[in-house]
Amino acid sequence: MELDALFLSRLQFALTVMFHYLFPPITIGLGMIMVVMEGLYLRTGDRHYETMARFWTKIFALNFAIGVASGIVMEFQFGTNWATYSRFVGDVFGSALAAEGIFAFFLESGFLAVLVFGWDRVSPRMHFFSTVMVSLGSIFSAIWIVVANSWQQTPAGHHLVTQYVGGEAFVRAEIVDFWAVVFNPSTVHRLTHTLLGAVMMGGFLVMSVSAYYLLKRRYDDFARKSFTIGLAFAAVGTAAILVSGHFQAQNVAVTQPPKLAAFEGHFETGDGGAALQLFGWPDAESRRVRYGVAVPGLLSWLVHGDRNKPVQGLDQTPREDWPPLVLTFWSYHLMLYMWGVCAVLVVLGLYLRWRGTLFERRSVLWAFVLGVAPPVIANQLGWVAAEVGRQPWIVWGLLRTRDAVSKSVKAEEVLASIVMFGVIYLLLAIVWLYILDSKIRQGPTELESAEARGSGLTAVAAALGGRKKRGR
Amino acid sequence: MDLNLFWFILMGVLLAGYAILDGFDLGVGILHLGVRSDLERRLLMNSIGPLWDGNEVWLVTFGGALFAAFPHAYATAFSGFYLAFMVLLFALISRAVSMEFRSKKESPAWRSFFDFTFCAASTVATLLFGVAVGNSIMGIKVGPDFEYVGSFLDLLRPYPLLVGLFAVATFAMHGSIYLYLKTEGELQQRIHGWMWRTFGFFLVAYLLTTIYSLAAVPNTTANFANHPWAWGVVLLNVLAIANIPRAIYQHRPFYAFVSSACSIAAFVFLFGVALYPNLIVSSLDPAYSLTIYNAASSPKTLRIMQIIAFLGMPFVLAYTVVIYWVFRGKVELGKFSY
Repeated sequence: MELDALFLSRLQFALTVMFHYLFPPITIGLGMIMVVMEGLYLRTGDRHYETMARFWTKIFALNFAIGVASGIVMEFQFGTNWATYSRFVGDVFGSALAAEGIFAFFLESGFLAVLVFGWDRVSPRMHFFSTVMVSLGSIFSAIWIVVANSWQQTPAGHHLVTQYVGGEAFVRAEIVDFWAVVFNPSTVHRLTHTLLGAVMMGGFLVMSVSAYYLLKRRYDDFARKSFTIGLAFAAVGTAAILVSGHFQAQNVAVTQPPKLAAFEGHFETGDGGAALQLFGWPDAESRRVRYGVAVPGLLSWLVHGDRNKPVQGLDQTPREDWPPLVLTFWSYHLMLYMWGVCAVLVVLGLYLRWRGTLFERRSVLWAFVLGVAPPVIANQLGWVAAEVGRQPWIVWGLLRTRDAVSKSVKAEEVLASIVMFGVIYLLLAIVWLYILDSKIRQGPTELESAEARGSGLTAVAAALGGRKKRGR
Repeated sequence: MDLNLFWFILMGVLLAGYAILDGFDLGVGILHLGVRSDLERRLLMNSIGPLWDGNEVWLVTFGGALFAAFPHAYATAFSGFYLAFMVLLFALISRAVSMEFRSKKESPAWRSFFDFTFCAASTVATLLFGVAVGNSIMGIKVGPDFEYVGSFLDLLRPYPLLVGLFAVATFAMHGSIYLYLKTEGELQQRIHGWMWRTFGFFLVAYLLTTIYSLAAVPNTTANFANHPWAWGVVLLNVLAIANIPRAIYQHRPFYAFVSSACSIAAFVFLFGVALYPNLIVSSLDPAYSLTIYNAASSPKTLRIMQIIAFLGMPFVLAYTVVIYWVFRGKVELGKFSY
């Protein structure tokens, strides 16, 4: 592997997009949860929900800020490192990106100000409205960016045009049917899957922090209520994403068969049913999966509903058009394993919550504290599988990644920017964890003084009442 | 008006919106180290606290719209100015981060580190915007395949650097007037002095840039022969600039701010007139220049984008008004502040 501008640009994109994608699932998922909490406060008037909304807004704001800071890089990087790609797709892809800016970013960033700084400046209803708007904005943002990415996976609604400018010929994709671009064959599946991944992320994050408080015996009532809301989100997300993943895989089988074959390490099409690999090491040289553990016929059954119907294998695709097998296979499988961990936690959580013993079981609570990791890993790896599995194409079937890189950018320049991003992201990650940790340790500040005076509802209510009277 | 011209004008509107709005918060950043005490530094930072993020979205949307409407210009500029853009990104990230983290710890070393970063990042970002404008006007080495063939150092010529300094001076002045509006008491009295000093700095930079432009950069005025009405904008701009010291003197800071905003809009407008119909001028051969026609997306896409813009822009303006209304008045420190 040569350290050329192409390889370095791919590395940089992977680094920056994976760093960035730590934050969107948190903000999308947490945004929905905040809407529920604040909605419950407005409905019931229970101050606990207000305390929750205020506390989670602080966590949300921190994540949002870094998400925005790292997101600007993504928007510019198409032009800086992938200029040839930008010329090819601008007519189609640029529209989705611009729509994201106009419809989503202004909404999010504007109302975020009210959300974070406006508690004492606007009425509770206006504040709730702002929370809804920020949450909607983050969902709109997901919609447009997944539309753009899905078009790269399953291009539709365009035609190829050769443009002659100053004696040079540029081939590019131009929109023929806007709605066919937006609702290309994979958009709905991939968007659903992405949003459900965020729902899980939000739920598990809230459960993790709440479980930590329960273990430390702090803010008991607050933590129990937060945990329950988090559990509800995690349960719905974890159950629904299985269904969504199934339909998405069926979609990949039709639209990008070599990608599915790479996910599953499926080399030979054969004339019978295909097995589902549970474990193994795909070996491109010998064209088989080493150390494989497989369930015969299951892949065929999942794809076609028929155990004996063949599934297209990698043998139908020229060797040069195979994606990197080990990375694709393992990112996909690890994502599934992580889902498995989440599912076990959810089932355990629901059962013990129903039995009423959940909040006393310290070992289980510890598992939930650590349970924030699997959805983070799964969200990352799902995208790794989707993007690496698309290789060697940057736009499926139309443009190869190696032909998409900027012509005027030199390897040393990319190396310099990778070092720069590496350093700043590392620092950012350290400071982010540090601040997040201190905010979580600090807890909901409204409750701090109440606890000092002895816990219990009346003390909390007194503290809250006192704060209100002092006003701003 | 054809679609290409519509998009050229809309890009100008987005750029002007960005320069006016993020201009004052970048200006506050440039002036940040001018106050010493922790309390005053927090006041400065919180005067833009709820607003800077929304202001920066104008830049992000400008980038997205450029990608969609003029993909060749987006590709050529962003890959050609590679290192400059990386430094800009570095500055914008550092700025966001320093505001977010500065007051999260009591330690003086921690706080002065982020104070310094905030100031440096704001200054560097502003300088780079100016350098980019200067280079766009002069033209850069673009070959027949629309690819930039020069080097990073080619971008650091005297004229673009002067425009960069001019941008720093303009935003510093714009930011100081904004701060005067948002502060009170003894701090406000000191900022009154800043307004005069930054205006002086701005005036010198303005005159130097104008003289340099007229004397040595023919691209700046070549188009005025075709569009003589553009001289009217120059005149209005001079009036707006003259109104800034007048309004400061009469203690009507809001008018000074409006004048300064109008002047920034006029500069963006004149920049657009100087460029038209080019987006990126090739200094190698005018035939290689990227124009609003040869660099554009298909008419169909421009039409779709126009509908999106018409649907979206009223909302954008409505949010902007609502947010500025909610956060009107003097800056106060509360427990939600930075």
